[in-house]
Amino acid sequence: MAAIDITSARKSYGSVDVLHGVDLAIGDGEFVVLVGPSGCGKSTLLRMIAGLEEITSGEIAIGGRRVNDLPPKDRDIAMVFQSYALYPHMTVAENMSYSLKLRRTPKERITAAITVAAAKLGLDQLTERRPKALSGGQRQRVAMGRAIVRNPKAFLFDEPLSNLDARLREQMRVEIKKLHKDLGATSIYVTHDQIEAMTLADRIVAMNGGVVQQVGSPLDLYDRPANLFVAGFIGSPAMNMIPAIYRLVDGTGVAAVAGGHHLPLAGPFSIPDGTAVVIGVRPEHVTVSPPGSGGLRTAVDLVEPTGFGSILHLGPFGQPVKAFTLDRALGRNGAAVDVTFDPAQLHVFTEADGRRMDPAA
Amino acid sequence: MRRNPVLTVLHRLAIGLYIAFALFPLYWLLKVSVTPNDLLYSEGVRMWPSRTSFEHYAFVIANSEFPRFFLNSFIVSGSTAVIVTLVAAVAGYALSRFAFRGKYWITALMLLTQMFPLVMLIAPMFKILSPLGLTNSLTGLIVVYTAFNVPFATFLMQSFFDGIPRDLEEAAMIDGATRFVAFRQIILPLTLPGIAATLGFVFTAAWSELLFALMLISGNAAATFPVGLLSFVSKFSVDFGQMMAAGILALIPAALFFLLIQRYLVQGLTAGAVKG
Repeated sequence: MAAIDITSARKSYGSVDVLHGVDLAIGDGEFVVLVGPSGCGKSTLLRMIAGLEEITSGEIAIGGRRVNDLPPKDRDIAMVFQSYALYPHMTVAENMSYSLKLRRTPKERITAAITVAAAKLGLDQLTERRPKALSGGQRQRVAMGRAIVRNPKAFLFDEPLSNLDARLREQMRVEIKKLHKDLGATSIYVTHDQIEAMTLADRIVAMNGGVVQQVGSPLDLYDRPANLFVAGFIGSPAMNMIPAIYRLVDGTGVAAVAGGHHLPLAGPFSIPDGTAVVIGVRPEHVTVSPPGSGGLRTAVDLVEPTGFGSILHLGPFGQPVKAFTLDRALGRNGAAVDVTFDPAQLHVFTEADGRRMDPAA
Repeated sequence: MRRNPVLTVLHRLAIGLYIAFALFPLYWLLKVSVTPNDLLYSEGVRMWPSRTSFEHYAFVIANSEFPRFFLNSFIVSGSTAVIVTLVAAVAGYALSRFAFRGKYWITALMLLTQMFPLVMLIAPMFKILSPLGLTNSLTGLIVVYTAFNVPFATFLMQSFFDGIPRDLEEAAMIDGATRFVAFRQIILPLTLPGIAATLGFVFTAAWSELLFALMLISGNAAATFPVGLLSFVSKFSVDFGQMMAAGILALIPAALFFLLIQRYLVQGLTAGAVKG
């Protein structure tokens, strides 16, 4: 196990910059998830840590040792690929033992390691099979087994669950989490799925366009997104974004939205009166109540029942707004409802650069 | 869903016709080779002679220089196939996996070499090989055949490597292999069908090549089998029976060779490497 330190790591292909200087310190035993849309540079960063991509500039250190110029084989890391990348001409046992054989581990030690790993992953009965005789989930486990047999300094996961169906993905997610709890290994996990990021991570690194947008615990990112990108990317259904103008009225801030409505905010902000802002509010923080309970009267345009609750598509002040409610009675198409917003749950972002604003103390 | 039986019959019939059409010349070769000389012109066109004999075979093996031609052909084709496949495997891997300066031009140049009619090159080739003492020698033929087959074989191998996911060698390198070990232990075993196909292709191409063999080789000592076949054509007659018998004999090594490699030609060895 080891800590991983990334210092102003850049990557360019010719004149195209893919990573614009990433700084990240990953603690020993930490589970860090790199999350972002396709092409944000998260996989590139992972491959740079693995040694599969050269580092254009900057430095990457594993366990205090600079690895920029070390080939992958000398970095002592294990990686699980999205495609699993199992060796098709080898059995499960041979796949898992390949790395140990290359390191000239004694036969008895290899057998012991395989037995332990296979038992841990429920592969005991399958060790003599070839990959093509395995199901997707089993292949995934073999890929994990190949990583854990050798007790590396760090585990790298490159979208390992993307090829599985929803149920299996959920199950493997739990297993990865358990495995991490058991082994306590430093892990870096790349995904575009924000649910995976939220559920697995000790810390999430949200990336976009080759730039780290925010680093923090899952709930940090959820409760206090640093900018519009993180606000929109984390959370499902996604946060509502309402364009507004910031006004200072009687010493407190309000958001003037379309239709002449004012939404009170959690205090005065240190931005000038009249600044264009975007108000972010999560669907579960849009309070919907039966008509007559007070608030903005609006009609339910569309209901998406999820079973657990319902997502209501509303149109207060002429803006599409989604609300999540547990009250099934409210979820009727065309029904009138009253909507209120809790000032404490309204996120304020400047429209100009999308940065989060906090109330002035 | 059950197929319409009429369609199935038509389907089989079409395949059968195609096979008959493709194999008929071979059948005719066999038929003439076992027809005794006295029946060859006297019986007219028949599907099978009224009497068969192996006299042509016996004559070819015992009294002609064919055993020597065979051996020459075998040396030339075998060496060419092995050398070309080795070079093509390494070059194809490089073209498939690495980005390097001049890659585009190397590819273009290799393609360009495939565009010349061979006849154009005979005189210059002779001019080059003659002072080196490589005319009239098997080594010379091997050099020429290798030069001509490497480009196409390289493209062939490149396409096989392209079909193997990069993830596999990356996984191997993370597992602790150098690029070369990953190539040898992971990629090469998966490319066996490609290697077999390339070997077979180059072997048969060299085995049946006539033009250069004819131009570069003059004596019988270094003649290959296609050149030898021509010796049955004399000024006044063609000895069809012996020619066909020699032809049948010449088919044997090529057929054996494919029998040997056909196991690797089967597809689907990479199934299961990645989700599929």
